[in-house]
Amino acid sequence: MLQRVYEWVDERLDITPMWRDIADHEVPEHVNPAHHFSAFVYCFGGLTFFITVIQILSGMFLTMYYVPDIVNAYESVRYLQGDVAYGTIVRGMHHWGASLVIVMIFLHTLRVFFTGAYKRPRELNWVVGVLIFFVMLGLGFTGYLLPWDMKAYFATVVGLQIAESVPLVGTLSKTLLSGDPEIIGAQTLTRFFAIHVFFLPGALLGLLAAHFIMIRRQGISGPL
Amino acid sequence: MSEEQNHNVSRRQFLTYTLTGVGGFMAAGIILPMARFAIDPVLQAESAGDMKAVASVDDLTDQPQRFDFSYEQEDAWNTSEVTETAWIYQEGDEIVALSPTCTHLGCTVGWEANQDHPEEFFCPCHGGRFKKDGTNIEGTPPTEPLHKYEVEVQEGTVYVGKAESQV
Repeated sequence: MLQRVYEWVDERLDITPMWRDIADHEVPEHVNPAHHFSAFVYCFGGLTFFITVIQILSGMFLTMYYVPDIVNAYESVRYLQGDVAYGTIVRGMHHWGASLVIVMIFLHTLRVFFTGAYKRPRELNWVVGVLIFFVMLGLGFTGYLLPWDMKAYFATVVGLQIAESVPLVGTLSKTLLSGDPEIIGAQTLTRFFAIHVFFLPGALLGLLAAHFIMIRRQGISGPL
Repeated sequence: MSEEQNHNVSRRQFLTYTLTGVGGFMAAGIILPMARFAIDPVLQAESAGDMKAVASVDDLTDQPQRFDFSYEQEDAWNTSEVTETAWIYQEGDEIVALSPTCTHLGCTVGWEANQDHPEEFFCPCHGGRFKKDGTNIEGTPPTEPLHKYEVEVQEGTVYVGKAESQV
């Protein structure tokens, strides 16, 4: 059945070359854990992406109940976690995944660094990778405020003070982030929500696409 | 011997089966909690709508009178005070409580709200009319009778529940 549907579409749109171009390529021996077990270090990039997908999915579902508003944010989080079926699990996936994705991206960076994979001609991919790392940190920083509890609030107070300590543009960047020169409140929460849910994920998807296109174009770096 | 060969599973087939199985299991483990989380409102047991005290039986006449009543409505993390209206009258032993929501497009009807149509409910939006028992009058826009509240009397007080369609 599925085969017939596929053939029907393929006959008209010739989709086979599209997915073959993405999926059909050899895994070099030095990258394959079946040949050398130590090659598992090459998995961290893929694991980072895997967790990123989980973050996007669980985040989408969380916004079904979450409200970015200082009066309701905390209550809505408490409701979705305490009263909605599997709320603890879905929020838990997003909560733990957020930490895990940083761990994975860090291990991936270490592997790229120690195998020298960042060297010519792959310097640009290293640069994009570092940008992805910064976007991830931004996602972690903005997402931390959203439950709007004491921990979230004071972590953001500290984070904004760090932004303020930047020479010349410090005050400006702090106001830009918090939406008000003095108050960390209503505008800060909606801004952080917008940044967390639209701006940074958008940037992330663009950067990931660039990262993957480059690795396909250049191929994986050779053995040590 | 030849039968044994028929049961051979190729390396490729074995890998296809096991990898699809493991992958499917992992995907299900990720998707199912989220799906259950998302469809929770559909599976919430419907609350058996509390009866709310509206009026004293002594106040009722055979003419519909307007009674407003308020109650606390719980909506996830938000609790709010909602006010509803019922037109109530007594006919013999029976107490009738009608919803004021016009069955045409949802405006609010009033008893004898139009001088040209005495002894009728009238809707100001499109001139919909209903008889005293809520029946819609032929030739006016509404297509079904006014909805009727569940009614209960306890110790001289009238309680109403949900308004339900009479058809």
